[in-house]
Amino acid sequence: MADQMRFTNKESDATVDNSTLTSLLHGLPGVDQVGLEGRAATLATRSIKKDSKIWAIDTAISMVDLTTLEGMDTDGKVRALCAKALHPDPTDPTCPAVAAVCVYGDLVATTRACVKDRVHVAAVATAFPSGRASMDVKLMDTKQAVADGADEIDMVIDRGAFLAGNYAKVFEEIVAVKEACGDAHLKVILETGELKTYDNVRRASWLAMQAGADFIKTSTGKVSPAATLPVTLLMLEAVRDFADQTGTRIGVKAAGGIKTSKDAIRYLVMVNETVGEDWLNPDMFRFGASTLLNDLLMQRQRMRDGHYSGPDYVTID
Amino acid sequence: MPFDYAPAPESRSIVDIESNYGLFIGGSFSEPTSGEFFKTINPATEEVLSEVAEAGQADVDAAVAAARRAYDKTWSKMSGKDRAKYIFRIARLIQERSRELAVLETLDNGKPIRESRDVDLPLVAAHFFYHAGWADKLEFAGYGPDPKSLGVAAQVIPWNFPLLMLAWKVAPALACGNTVVLKPAETTPLTALAFADICQQAGLPPGVVNIITGAGETGRMLVEHPDVDKVAFTGSTEVGKAIQRAVAGTKKKLTLELGGKAANIVFDDAPIDQAIEGIVNGIYFNQGHVCCAGSRLLLQESVADEALASLKRRLTTLRLGDPLDKNTDIGAINSSMQLSKIEELTASGEAEGAERWSPTCPIPDKGFWFPPTVFTNVTQAHRIAREEIFGPVLSVLTFRTPEEAVAKANNTPFGLSAGIWTEKGSRILWMANQMRAGIVWANTFNRFDPTSPFGGFKESGFGREGGVQGLGAYLNVEDPS
Repeated sequence: MADQMRFTNKESDATVDNSTLTSLLHGLPGVDQVGLEGRAATLATRSIKKDSKIWAIDTAISMVDLTTLEGMDTDGKVRALCAKALHPDPTDPTCPAVAAVCVYGDLVATTRACVKDRVHVAAVATAFPSGRASMDVKLMDTKQAVADGADEIDMVIDRGAFLAGNYAKVFEEIVAVKEACGDAHLKVILETGELKTYDNVRRASWLAMQAGADFIKTSTGKVSPAATLPVTLLMLEAVRDFADQTGTRIGVKAAGGIKTSKDAIRYLVMVNETVGEDWLNPDMFRFGASTLLNDLLMQRQRMRDGHYSGPDYVTID
Repeated sequence: MPFDYAPAPESRSIVDIESNYGLFIGGSFSEPTSGEFFKTINPATEEVLSEVAEAGQADVDAAVAAARRAYDKTWSKMSGKDRAKYIFRIARLIQERSRELAVLETLDNGKPIRESRDVDLPLVAAHFFYHAGWADKLEFAGYGPDPKSLGVAAQVIPWNFPLLMLAWKVAPALACGNTVVLKPAETTPLTALAFADICQQAGLPPGVVNIITGAGETGRMLVEHPDVDKVAFTGSTEVGKAIQRAVAGTKKKLTLELGGKAANIVFDDAPIDQAIEGIVNGIYFNQGHVCCAGSRLLLQESVADEALASLKRRLTTLRLGDPLDKNTDIGAINSSMQLSKIEELTASGEAEGAERWSPTCPIPDKGFWFPPTVFTNVTQAHRIAREEIFGPVLSVLTFRTPEEAVAKANNTPFGLSAGIWTEKGSRILWMANQMRAGIVWANTFNRFDPTSPFGGFKESGFGREGGVQGLGAYLNVEDPS
């Protein structure tokens, strides 16, 4: 199976033959829905207590891409979010900073000015969230965000092209956006809630990895369902297999719908038991979230103080 | 820093184990006439949990007599609707007390709490609920307009799923209007005795369910008792044959659910990640103490190396240890006797030239343990490919064509279960028709449901448990009068 999946050298040609891509992607092993969901459910029964919970909560905080992606976002909102990102718990200097602040492209400059180089600045680009714009617009969107100081770009794939079987179009877009990113890291959003089947998720993961993604990301957060345990498990299996075959480690970002510490810990357990320690750090695994952070902080305070202090003891942003 | 899971033990304070237990005969506990008791231990620590009565001939006679009285006077005369009330009540009590029963099962058996909590107990309750539903609908089960019960059922069950095997036996027997004398395995009597308490709590008429403890000799006396109408046994093929000889020429109706050596067949187009999970679940679930375990892995040769590498990687994440820890995947082997048997057979595997592999995993100092083990380069001629090991030991063989897979899968005296892994629906149907096995799973393994009949071909036994077919084992279907 592995040999059939091996892709041709991605560097060799930017224009790829759609039929070659199709036969490669359709040659990937299938996914049994019942089995995948069963495995995710079993892993979710792991019971993480005491020291392992303390470690997991701090690790989860350090993996958060603290996100605001609203039409009503302003400089003021973004500044507040940046302050929170740098000092999630102002009462406790041992609390780690989050991994990144994630905003729309026009707010990148404000964000960078606030956080300096202390956390990453991620910009959603390529006509997020629908991806329905011309290639020129998508590339401009990306270049502008990088010029303004983004060092991570979260792009969306063209789901329409993917579902129509036009894999070459999706591939070429990713290659082009990657080039436009320069040194910035590229996260490729698959929007699994619109791909619908697990077979599609595996194919889209391989397509994105092969086209040069540094991270593959579940969702925009604008489509339901966003990240789920089974979808993320499947993407972790894809990066594991890709690393086996190519030696290249790709990161995974679960975004949207992860609201509680319990959920976050379940994701970490899944990372731990699927791809292992190498992925248990902010360079290789991220949470795209906003409300999750405060729940992590409340749990962190509870573990530290032995009791809940409640929502008035964490800051709103 | 690696992600080490801190110990997360389930509290055992929820169970209250008595220092000794008598025999449950005629609705109450009584001392054995011999006055003899034997110890039951926690196989994970070798700690003595309790002492239970050793039933002798007089006790067996008393239990069968109590069951006969209850059958003649009460249970056979009661309407199906009223029987259902009792069985539903038992089902609800099992659900209410499921945490306690799960902890007790894990203590006495050694299986991980994750399995007793998430698999055994939900299935136990489901079996009682399902059969309670049948009690007043037997006329629609396809066994004639007014199917009759058999009488007194003698039931002997194994130690691998103590309470679940009790449920598989007791629930259909009661639903069909029979009364029961049940003997649990000598190493795992405690949940059956807790079930006796549930029968009292449910107000079940005295004598409808009798539970007698003891070893093989007690079981022999029970199945040979002349006033028994039905014998149901789950256990080894060797004992099953002895029972069949013993009941030959009597009026007793017999069902046997015996050993297995199931083939789990993985084709090159299988959903590979889920197939790996299915292999793991097939043979390492319940430490491989499963009669339908997928103990022979048949891999299509074109994907064998890759699948084995994935399997080994997955096995390194299995967590062996304290069965009460909620994160334990592999618990203790049930007894030192079973451990010796596994050790003897695995030694023969090595001696016969198969290649042995286990992940590195620390083994606790006390108790009975065996690491998850894989044998490669196994051929059909090896003992580990033919004999039931009943432990966490997988024998891996390869095949080239579907026909070869069928031939190898069926080339065994057993015929309990089989697994088929392929994305091709037509191949699943074709393979399922070729398998000489009572249960065929497609793209899954070790899935159980009370609506689905379970039972074997060939030396794996006969008769079915569960589903509408299972009711036939407790109804007089041959001689309606």
